Amino acid sequence: MATVPEVKTSLHSHFDVARVRADFPILTERVHGKPLVYFDNAATSQKPRAVIDAELHFYQSLCSNVHRGVHDLSERATQAYEATRVKLQRFLNAAESREVIFVRGTTEAINLVASTYGRKNVGAGDEVLISGMEHHSNIVPWQMLCEEKGASLRVAPISDRGELILEEFEKLLGPRTKLVAVTHVSNVLGTINPVREIIAMAHRRNIPVLLDGAQAAPHVPVDVRALDCDFYTISGHKLFAPTGIGALYGKAKLLEAMPPYQGGGDMIASVTFEKTIYNSLPYKFEAGTPNIAGTLGLGAAIDYLNQLGFDRFAPYEHELLVYATEALAQIPDLRIIGTAKEKAAVISFVLDGLHPHDVGTVLDQEGIAVRTGHHCAQPLMERFQVPATTRASLAFYNTFEEVDALVKGIHKVKELLG
Amino acid sequence: MSDLRALYQEVILDHSKRPHNHRAMADATRAAQGYNPLCGDKISLFVKLDGTRIADVSFQGSGCAISTASASILTETLKGKTLAEAESLFQTFHNLVTGKTPSEGSSQELGKLAVFSGVSQFPVRVKCATLAWHTLRSALAGGQEPVSTE
Repeated sequence: MATVPEVKTSLHSHFDVARVRADFPILTERVHGKPLVYFDNAATSQKPRAVIDAELHFYQSLCSNVHRGVHDLSERATQAYEATRVKLQRFLNAAESREVIFVRGTTEAINLVASTYGRKNVGAGDEVLISGMEHHSNIVPWQMLCEEKGASLRVAPISDRGELILEEFEKLLGPRTKLVAVTHVSNVLGTINPVREIIAMAHRRNIPVLLDGAQAAPHVPVDVRALDCDFYTISGHKLFAPTGIGALYGKAKLLEAMPPYQGGGDMIASVTFEKTIYNSLPYKFEAGTPNIAGTLGLGAAIDYLNQLGFDRFAPYEHELLVYATEALAQIPDLRIIGTAKEKAAVISFVLDGLHPHDVGTVLDQEGIAVRTGHHCAQPLMERFQVPATTRASLAFYNTFEEVDALVKGIHKVKELLG
Repeated sequence: MSDLRALYQEVILDHSKRPHNHRAMADATRAAQGYNPLCGDKISLFVKLDGTRIADVSFQGSGCAISTASASILTETLKGKTLAEAESLFQTFHNLVTGKTPSEGSSQELGKLAVFSGVSQFPVRVKCATLAWHTLRSALAGGQEPVSTE
């Protein structure tokens, strides 16, 4: 059993986790009669009251369509919707708000880039380079594109620690490489990739880079201009916002040259049966009525995060990660998959002789929500020769006591099934 | 913990750690692969038919305790059974793990398979318990495509 410091929270008096937890109504829920311990934040995060209220407020007081009406409600909804775009622009430090496209989430953002930029710029014999730690959503769209175009998908290998092997990555950058698409933070390993180096290597060869930021945005501050990435994708629901809303950032120059994604209302400037003139950025990529309530929820989530401050919650989260890693590593027969030097608060592990699915079922009975399975990263499971892992993914509202509960739960698993 | 104890009965844990008939079969007359994408469990099932009787049945693959034990006990139970008896057992077993009202005489028919009664309290684990059975049906139907629980 891990040795547990007696007064854990006092070490972190600069971050009032009890106060933060009070902002998240769901955290008082009980599961199987036990207090909920939510360690499945990489799948989706919980929502603060402010986000829930923002969605409610839209439907109660603001509901109307955007960019359409001359009436007051529509005008107010449009203003709120566009104000969120500006919030996102600042959150990502994009140069202009028109570089922020609202989409359903990272999956749609990547599919958008694959079917517009990809279709236009990737041809027969060309290559798209990804890494060995990608989520299926940053593999399959490129596979589909490559299949359609007769291009090939290349995969940069990762080390046993779960770090991208930069030298191998660089070797795979060639004259045929038309795009690099890598994850900023791995959803399974927690690895924070050296994205500045990746981008510098690619840009030296004039290859644009897409970063999958689904897992990064909740943990690390993102500055798309400092990174100089060409595309960046986020999922709102992993960022304490509602499901069904996310954003694609793209450099204006690239977005302008790309063909539209879907056809429909809002993405046009004028339509005749002979010819349609497409709308300007960002609307060219936003066909149809958007997820307005979700967008306002995302805006509230960003306000909430700004108020909380990355500089305050990120160090706390890191201490939680270090504490959890040490506590779990002390459990006999437990092996952590993903031991990169730079890690976000995601811990995947396997227990000798015990299948993650059984581990998850027993932990669930203790009120502890973890993810078990391949985490939409089957090639990564193959790389580590495991069928599946158990994953505990942490957020700033988690506590040291919850980590202790997890450790206790794993001992129970071993007792019951070992 | 009582639901968990009912799910992970000793017999199930024993079979999951030391599965019976866990081997490939060179002279199998039927074989099929099963896959549960939810947890990554993969299973290969081998059957040797002697007319309409199952002369031998074995499996390979890795999975959770429930799916491994289910495959192991399936092989034990079905050896020597006719195809009609196997199909009837599948239905009875399926009713058991999905919590449907048992038909008359089912407990006698189930025999050792009754240890899976606890699964019905864990709906997400039904697929684990039935993976081997779906794979068996595919093998007997002569299916070439791997079966998936999805």
